[in-house]
Parts: sequence; structure tokens; C-alpha cells
Amino acid sequence: MIGMLEDKDRIFTNLYGLHDWRLEGAKARGVWNGTVEMLSYSPEWVCDQIKASGLRGRGGAGFATGLKWTFMPKQESERPHYLVVNADESEPGTCKDREIMRGDPHRLIEGCLVAAYAIRAHDCFIYIRGEYVLERERLEAALLEAYAAKLIGKDNIHGWDCNIRVTHGGGAYICGDEMALLESLEGKKGQPRLKPPFPAGAGVYGCPTTVNNVESIAVAPEILRRGAEWFAGFGRPKNTGTKLMSASGHVNKPCVVEEAMSIPLRQLIDEHFGGVRGGWGNLKAVIPGGSSVRMIPAEEAEVALMDFDDLAARKSGLGTAAMIVMDKDCDIVAAIARLSYFYKHESCGQCTPCREGTGWMWRIMERMVTGEAEPKEIDMLLDVASQVEGHTICGLGDAAAWPIQGLFRHFRPEIEARIANYRSRRANFAGATLIAAE
Amino acid sequence: MSVRRLAKDQPPSFAFSAEATEQAQGWVAKFPQGRAQSAVIPVLWLVQKQEGWVPEPALRVVAELLAMPVIRVLEIVTFYTMFQLSPVGTVAHVQLCGTTPCMLRGANALKTVLDQRIGHRGPASPDGRFSWEEVECMGACANAPMVAINDYYYEDLTVESLNGLLDELAGGKTPPPGSSIGRTGCAPQGGPLSLTDPALYDGSRAKTSKLPNAPEKVGAL
Repeated sequence: MIGMLEDKDRIFTNLYGLHDWRLEGAKARGVWNGTVEMLSYSPEWVCDQIKASGLRGRGGAGFATGLKWTFMPKQESERPHYLVVNADESEPGTCKDREIMRGDPHRLIEGCLVAAYAIRAHDCFIYIRGEYVLERERLEAALLEAYAAKLIGKDNIHGWDCNIRVTHGGGAYICGDEMALLESLEGKKGQPRLKPPFPAGAGVYGCPTTVNNVESIAVAPEILRRGAEWFAGFGRPKNTGTKLMSASGHVNKPCVVEEAMSIPLRQLIDEHFGGVRGGWGNLKAVIPGGSSVRMIPAEEAEVALMDFDDLAARKSGLGTAAMIVMDKDCDIVAAIARLSYFYKHESCGQCTPCREGTGWMWRIMERMVTGEAEPKEIDMLLDVASQVEGHTICGLGDAAAWPIQGLFRHFRPEIEARIANYRSRRANFAGATLIAAE
Repeated sequence: MSVRRLAKDQPPSFAFSAEATEQAQGWVAKFPQGRAQSAVIPVLWLVQKQEGWVPEPALRVVAELLAMPVIRVLEIVTFYTMFQLSPVGTVAHVQLCGTTPCMLRGANALKTVLDQRIGHRGPASPDGRFSWEEVECMGACANAPMVAINDYYYEDLTVESLNGLLDELAGGKTPPPGSSIGRTGCAPQGGPLSLTDPALYDGSRAKTSKLPNAPEKVGAL
């Protein structure tokens, strides 16, 4: 066995699309098994089980899913409740929800029904990113099967009317933020709303809404089926469960795999991802959780655990557990500069610090890549980053600042050397006058 | 943010085909009464599927269909980068992901290929058959580098395989989407290392058993 998780404990059994994704195949893999019984108990029981399992949101922020569900009003009023599934997966490095939607769409649909029941919603929207055309077609086909088999919809066999619909976005990263997603769902520009009010009070169309990531929703039925203790048995306390993890960049075999939380990062890379290109000694740094967290250098990657708390203690984060691995042959400054361009491109333009700051940061980063920046611009860049961080409505400003902060935290001398090297080759800089005088 | 403007040359009018009209109404019906505006992105996507891009007269048609001001539709097409505001290649519009995970695995070399074969990014090639653009993360990072051609993903590309794809398209064929090195989905190259236990797929998981932790008294709603 490789890794820490046995096959029998894996939830997403059609992750690689080797088996039938249709209803019949999904049922043979245990989806829709016991769902009737789950919905025969109270919504409170469902929430309590999810709480007891310690499931934390899989979209990046890691908020307790069961707790989030309990924020919804306990009684239905004239304002209907909504469940919105965030399938706008756009975080660089992250490609896990896609595999759920094309390999195991029925697991997600079953999860929608269970979660909708837990929050007393009869309406559910799955908001999928526009570029995922194949995934959307597959999800829609699976929904049609589920409606035809009366598993969901009006007067279904589970006794809880639940109308699940797929809608899609238009290629805006910002719509992965729940408040921007709600705006987009209402047919507006994806500019995040201010909180409060939180979605549980006033979400889509001003009605109580819960927004969850695809993976958080899709694992919920399996937790009920196997018991909260089973799920809580993986990983360290407060970081429990199994998680889809993936690697991109300089590993020998990039892929997506389901593993137990708190697996050592090095074990994950060595056993599942075929090791770092050129061997572990060739590793330079890892961005462990999608692009929006600070990187950790090789020494720390050696001992880091893939969970929320360990990576947070290293001033990084688990995020979506989609690591970007960079080896010593790559230009790490250019890699981060490209991320800065990404954030500049994807800023929605609503808050000034982010709209202007992401552009400034990108332009300075580009000068860092060639080395033509002024030495004092390093501190200026970090100053701009700290002024963007925490001063915006949503997290995009933070996400733009963190990769840069991570780079300078660990590799500042390298960039200083690059600037000095650039100057030493050019006579017009003050430092080069000595050479010119000779 | 990116600056996006409508094209200078616009057709005089736009009308939905019968099929697209039906689909558009299907989208409107998905949303609660009086919330037709929610369907604006999918309906504009239908416009793009029909025309290849989103011409200006279509904005008025969509605004009327969804009972919303034209300026709000204009806001949507200029905000969301998936909407093409000028015509793209008739045979193929290639969207190359250039964000860090793809860049680390060689997207820049693919850029050179597209630059040489199609021309400068943005406008279509002189014969109008091909166009390309660099886009931000497409969410297929474990299969990097990748391009999306006419909506579908072509993954694990090299300079050779991208050239091969373009040759096939130029020859009037539609190559099958997916990995160009024979990977199945996101499985590691050489075959999966996990999910190999046959007991997962023999149907034993589908046997009903009582749920653990069931409450003693069956709770009613």
C-alpha cells in the first residue's frame, strides 16, 4: 500500500473515470445507498453527524460544514431556503471538483439532496464554471437520470422535494468567492457583496442560502453512511477526514488522489506523485494549497503535514490541497510574477486597493524577474502587498498579496542578488562606476 | 481587470435560431418567477455558440428576452472573459492556459507554436480559420499544460502533440479531447496507484445496511 489511506476508505471511487459514471454504475459503487433512511431522521441529526465528523469546508477556507448548516433558520418562512453548490473551481493548481463532476456526478447529486434536507431547502443551484463544458454536460445528464428515477425532484422516493439545477458562469475567478457567486447567480457582475448580512440570513434573491464547495457536499452522504467516527478517524484532531489532493508543476507524475488528512507532504509527493523531478534534493519550494497561499521552502516541505493547522503554523495554508511544486531548475520569481498577473487579470475592480494594487504588484514583480528593479522596490512591493492584504471586501486582495509575501519571506537574498547582478552588468548604474573607471 | 470593448464592425441584426430560442426559454424556466436575469450568462453563451462570438445587436435581443436594461447585459459581456467580443477562428479558437501550473510544465513553448502557426494572439489568422488567446487557469492543472479548443480540453501537451492537433484541425478533423499521452482523466501516468481494490466495484458497497449512529427515536420533521 502507498500513502496512508486504504482503498476501502476512499470515498471517490471513480476519481479517474475508469468506471461507469451513470446512475447504474454509481449505485453499484454505493451511491444512493441508504439515502432514504438518512432523510427519515431529523435535519438536526444530519447536522450533528456532520459536525461530529469534523468535516471542514473543502473549498479553501476550512470552515466547519456542519456548523455552517446550523446557521440557517430553523423554520421555513415565505422566503424559501436555497442551497448553492460552488463548482466555480478556478484556483490555479486546483482540479479536484472537476473529477468529482465528471467521474462521480451522482455522489454530488446525492450530497445536494442530503445537504438541502439538512438546511431545509427545496431548491438547489450548482454553479459550475463556464469553461467546464464537458463536466456540465455530464452533470446535467446525471441530473436527468436522477429526476427520471425519482431520486430528486417533486414527490421523489426520499420524501423531501428537492429541485436541483445546474447553471454556469462566464470565466471569472472572482465568482469562486461565495458573495460574488451569489451576485453572478442573480445575473450581475461578479462583484462580492459586503458581509454582513451573511448568506444564511440574506443570500441569493435575499433568501437564506448556504454556499458549499462541491467536495464538502459530495462527502456528506458517505459520512452518514459510514458514521461520523469513521471519518473523524483520519487525520489529526480538528483536521479530520479524507481529502482530494493534487499536484502540478515539477513532480514526475502529477495527478489527483484521495488521501487521509495530515499525511506528511513529502510522503504524498514521493508515493503518489512519483517524487520531485530530479529527486527530492532538487526541490526548491512548494505552494501547498492552490496559488493563494504562501509558499514553503524545501526544508519545511520535508516536515510539513497536509492539514489546515500545520500549514497555517508555517504561515501557509491548506487551501484546496492542490500543491504547486517548483524545483531548482525553474525561475521561481517568474512563477510568482505570473500569479501576480493572474490576480491582476481577475480582480473585479470593486475595491481600490485590489484593483490598483494587483497591477502595481504585477508590474514590480515583472521588474524583479529581470532584475531591473531598484533594490528599494522590494520593500515598496512588500508595503503595497501589506496595504492590499486585509483591506478588500473579499479574499482576492489577500490571495494576491500572500504568494509575493511568501516569496520574499524565503527567497529575498536570491532576488537581491539578481538585482545586483543585473546592475553589475550595466555601467550606467552607480555601483558599476568603479568598473568603468578602471 | 482587463479592458474589454465591443468590436468596431458589428452586424446589423441578430436573431436566435429556433433551437436556441427553446434552450434560452429552458434556462429562464430554471429560475424562479421574475428572476429571468439570472439566465443572462447561459443565454449569452447560447449567442456565442450560435454566432461564434457575441455581436452588439445580440445584447439588445437578450436584454429584451430577459426583461433587463441593455446596459446590464453590456456589463456582463465586458466583465466575464469567456465572452468573445470580436469574431474568432471559424475552424478553431484555441485557448491556451498560461497560468503558473501550466507555465511550469511548458506552456510558454506552446505559446511560441501558436504564435508561429496562427499569428499574434487575439485576431483570427488572415484566412479567418484559426485564432488563439492566452487565458487564465482552466482548472486542469494535474494535466498541464493544456489548451481548450472549441470548448473541450486537450491535455498533457507537448510542442509535437499541439502541432499534431493543429494539423488535424486544419485537415477538417476533430481530434478527440483528453490527454495526449494516454492518461485516463487525472490518473497518474502509467496507471492508477490507488483505487485498484476490486472489492470497490463488485457491488458489495450497494448492499443496504442500517446506518450507524441512527437516533433511537425516529425524529419527525
